Amino acid sequence: MNKTINTPTLFFSLLFLQIFVLNNIHFLGFINPYLYIVFVFLYPLKENRIPFLFYSFLLGLSIDFFSDSGGIHALSILCIAYLRLFFIRLYFRKVVADYAFFKLKSESFGKIFNYTVTLTLIHHFIYFSFANFSFNNYANVLLNTLYSSIFTLVLYFLGTYIFTKKE
Amino acid sequence: MQQIIYFFQKFKNFLFFLLLAFISLALTFNNLNFHKSKFVNSANFISGGLYSQVSNISEYWNLKSENKRLAEENKRLKNRLEKNNIMVFNVDSTIIDSTKYHQKYTFTTAKIINNNYTKDFNFLTINKGLNQGIGQEMAVINSKGIIGITDNTSNGYARVQSILNKNSKINARLKHSNYFGSLGWNGIDYNTVQLSDIPRQAPLQIGDTIETGGKSTIFPEGILIGVITKINKGNTADNTVDVTLFNDMSNLGYVYVIKNLDKKEIKSLEVLQDE
Repeated sequence: MNKTINTPTLFFSLLFLQIFVLNNIHFLGFINPYLYIVFVFLYPLKENRIPFLFYSFLLGLSIDFFSDSGGIHALSILCIAYLRLFFIRLYFRKVVADYAFFKLKSESFGKIFNYTVTLTLIHHFIYFSFANFSFNNYANVLLNTLYSSIFTLVLYFLGTYIFTKKE
Repeated sequence: MQQIIYFFQKFKNFLFFLLLAFISLALTFNNLNFHKSKFVNSANFISGGLYSQVSNISEYWNLKSENKRLAEENKRLKNRLEKNNIMVFNVDSTIIDSTKYHQKYTFTTAKIINNNYTKDFNFLTINKGLNQGIGQEMAVINSKGIIGITDNTSNGYARVQSILNKNSKINARLKHSNYFGSLGWNGIDYNTVQLSDIPRQAPLQIGDTIETGGKSTIFPEGILIGVITKINKGNTADNTVDVTLFNDMSNLGYVYVIKNLDKKEIKSLEVLQDE
């Protein structure tokens, strides 16, 4: 994405995409992508993290309103929003001075891949653990996490590929 | 004091994170209690309105199956009416005692505007609410069988706890005998629910029809549920059988909401008994 999309547009387009399209896919009967976490990947990196945490929480909560899931989406997106800085430091080796100039697309594909896969897996694992809400059939949780993560990531990489202009 | 302010300055992100996480955890735990989730549910003005807009468009895809379901229901009702006519002729009386007339249930039609069936705790949203007389704990059925129980209501919309919800427990019985058990769901297949706690001496066979038992104040007696498809021969405590639903829970359109007019009376009697 060449120019940065402004946050409200990203917020509402992801929200409506998730509740009206992606929540109804039911691929093979039970696999749904949760593409709204792209909000966490694309939100610009700033020193003050409070608004970012709050907006992520709000996006998760809005999706909870529509999908009757209590606060599970809010909780899981909040967790990866909080952990994002740690993984950016780990994978991209950024310091505070670099935050303003950080752009995801200017990094190498390998690093982006590690970063998105880690966050997606964490998010989906938290989401399905709470959606299951018991310690029975944990294999089910792990399988769901794996399949949905693959689906989400494929959609994300296809999306970035399509929306990136070639120079 | 300085130390405390410094502490808040240093950990403000983490503290904010903890606060939001606590809120979302509280909402999650509340959501699983039956009609406890006052705030986060799809029966509010915004999500209900959006969902009904979307379902206005998408209902055209289901017109064919909806028509078929209506025609089948009409056929069934007409057959019942014919039987009833013969019964009326056979009754040797010319006086109709209108004072003995007693209505126990009222039916309201509603449309399902949001349907979930792949999660462990599924909820539906319907486009009728408090303004149309829909309250909590009313039965939701369609012509093929039961669908769920209303849970939270707003002015124009109501949330329905689907029978495909791990918390759902519905009284059900065999059609040809009066042995009853409780109907729940194990979260695996959306076409199959589980009937448990049937007495051991009950004669069970594959293909037997299961219907609602009428032992609760929610569902009337004799609403169809499904047929037995698997009987566990093992010596388990709760004697569970698998029941395949008549309804296709993934394709639902218009439904009936049933209000029990005697509910208050029955409930007040039951309260008296407890004291």
